[in-house]
Amino acid sequence: MTTAMNQQDGTNRTPDTEQLVDLKCVFERPQALSDKPFHYCPGCSHGTYHRLIAEMIDEFGLLDRTVGICPVGCAVFAYEYFEVDMIEASHGRAPAVATGVKRSLPDRFVFTYQGDGDLASIGMGEIIHAAARGERITVFFVNNGIFGMTGGQMAPTSLLGQKTTTSVDGRDPRTTGHPIKVCELLSSLEGVAYLARVPLTSPKNINTCRKYMRKAIRAQTEDVGLGLVEVLSPCPVQWGMKPGDALHYIDETVVKAFPPGEFVDKLESPIKT
Amino acid sequence: MPAKMQLTKGNEALAMGAIAGGCDCFFGYPITPQNEVPEVLSYEMPKRGRVFVQAESEVASINMVYGAAAAGKRAMTSSSSPGVSLMMEGLSYIACAELPCLIVNVMRGGPGLGSITPSQGDYFQACKGGGHGDYHSIVLAPWNVQEMYEFPALAFELADRYRCPAMILADGVLGAMMEPAIIADNAPPPTVPEKTWATNGRNGRAHKNVVNSLVIDPYGLRDHNLKLQAKYKKMQCETRWDTRDVDDAEILVVAYGISARLALSGCKLARKEGVKAGLLRPITLYPFPTEPIAECAANKKRVLVVELSAGQMVEDVRLAINGRVPVDFYGEMGGVIPSPVEICRKIVEAAQ
Repeated sequence: MTTAMNQQDGTNRTPDTEQLVDLKCVFERPQALSDKPFHYCPGCSHGTYHRLIAEMIDEFGLLDRTVGICPVGCAVFAYEYFEVDMIEASHGRAPAVATGVKRSLPDRFVFTYQGDGDLASIGMGEIIHAAARGERITVFFVNNGIFGMTGGQMAPTSLLGQKTTTSVDGRDPRTTGHPIKVCELLSSLEGVAYLARVPLTSPKNINTCRKYMRKAIRAQTEDVGLGLVEVLSPCPVQWGMKPGDALHYIDETVVKAFPPGEFVDKLESPIKT
Repeated sequence: MPAKMQLTKGNEALAMGAIAGGCDCFFGYPITPQNEVPEVLSYEMPKRGRVFVQAESEVASINMVYGAAAAGKRAMTSSSSPGVSLMMEGLSYIACAELPCLIVNVMRGGPGLGSITPSQGDYFQACKGGGHGDYHSIVLAPWNVQEMYEFPALAFELADRYRCPAMILADGVLGAMMEPAIIADNAPPPTVPEKTWATNGRNGRAHKNVVNSLVIDPYGLRDHNLKLQAKYKKMQCETRWDTRDVDDAEILVVAYGISARLALSGCKLARKEGVKAGLLRPITLYPFPTEPIAECAANKKRVLVVELSAGQMVEDVRLAINGRVPVDFYGEMGGVIPSPVEICRKIVEAAQ
């Protein structure tokens, strides 16, 4: 291209082709991520998490043997964004669908992608029993403390006092209970091999998330048990905040109810890749 | 080993029939009166390197079936009325996503928790959709232990052919009764069509596969519905039925499943009392033998429908006959089973 342009404008500048050859590609779309533009709202981190999953599929060389299960909720179209075989599950049942796939095809890599309404509300039974059975599946869990797609209703993970369209005066524990802490809840189950929570709020935290995701994937590929990574994710639109403020809110407030860190790690180090 | 006649319980025959029919994966939750099905499969499936999972609920069972069927496997679940009600959302998804699979309903008395005694009260649910939206499953109604053994293979074959769910609609009598049946000890594996649509990992495939029941565009969803409806129309050629002593009959009895067994005995008793009665037994409840019933009833004096319900299949019989011949109904509910003598009395009354 450079050469052609130089010929066109008639200059005698030597095209710096050597320099072009030396350029390294430092950032590109992972092979496992499709080129379809995300439909997510501004400031939402579903897109970030999708990309991280695609990076991991590439990194572990799983493109040809992955089956992903997507939820009902904001990520209902997740099957559009990955270049792997995908199944759209009914609301909350992704761990059961994943069980059906993994048991019938044990050498495939099977993951579910679920929000907090999907996993912690309607699908609580499925995730608990998949974890109790130690299903060799990897769960990518997005906790933004609200029902985003349906218009901002209270979720089982909404914070006390949080205003939503079904708790307009703020979540009252006397009538609506307390936030469900999924990692803490699942950590008592023997079938779980890896559990971690991380806020997706900064490049540093995104790197931590990558580290956790690697382990959650290894929990499956090394046949140890169920792996789950919970990300604390902003929902600026339904929280009524600017995207930047939503990230600060997670780092300052949400983490107090949902402390980040690793809860279960039964993997043997070092990483076998 | 060759097939041999052996005294077999209906639920056990069904479990062995599922194995003979090439069932790769079974997912189920305990409920009476079908418990022998998962019990037998819990040890027979792993022995053959196949999958058995006791799910945490019927909701999970049907979604595990959804996953295994999407992965291209022959997958099934078995339950009874209240459990099958819990599966209806999943069944609707399966029908929309066009996944072949098998659901067994060994019906018990309802509504509600009802009883554990036999019933045919789930005909509407099985044949008219049950879950939300416009869809159908192929519904097979066995009437003896032999068919309990043979129908899983047939159901899987039809489900694969049409990429739709198939249901075996049995009842508590058929599940619990023992009678001789020919059971093959080592049936040859069935031929299963290639499932190029399966979400089983790309494995070199140039494109990804997606199993989905979400079509957000109204015209897209309409077109998908039209495709499903065209399939249901095409599937009408799979209609199966059986007739006994109908040629000279003045009274035609229409019944399925265990009611048909009782009705056949009732017809024979009626002939001894001088009333010529014959039986038409729908074997497929969907597609329903509408034309065969209309033709068979054309020269009859009256038609009597016998069911263990308040009258469900009788609606389809009346639609088939369309007022040309009077249709009577005799049903018992709640697990009460009419005797052949009582059915005979109804036949004789109809003849008068």
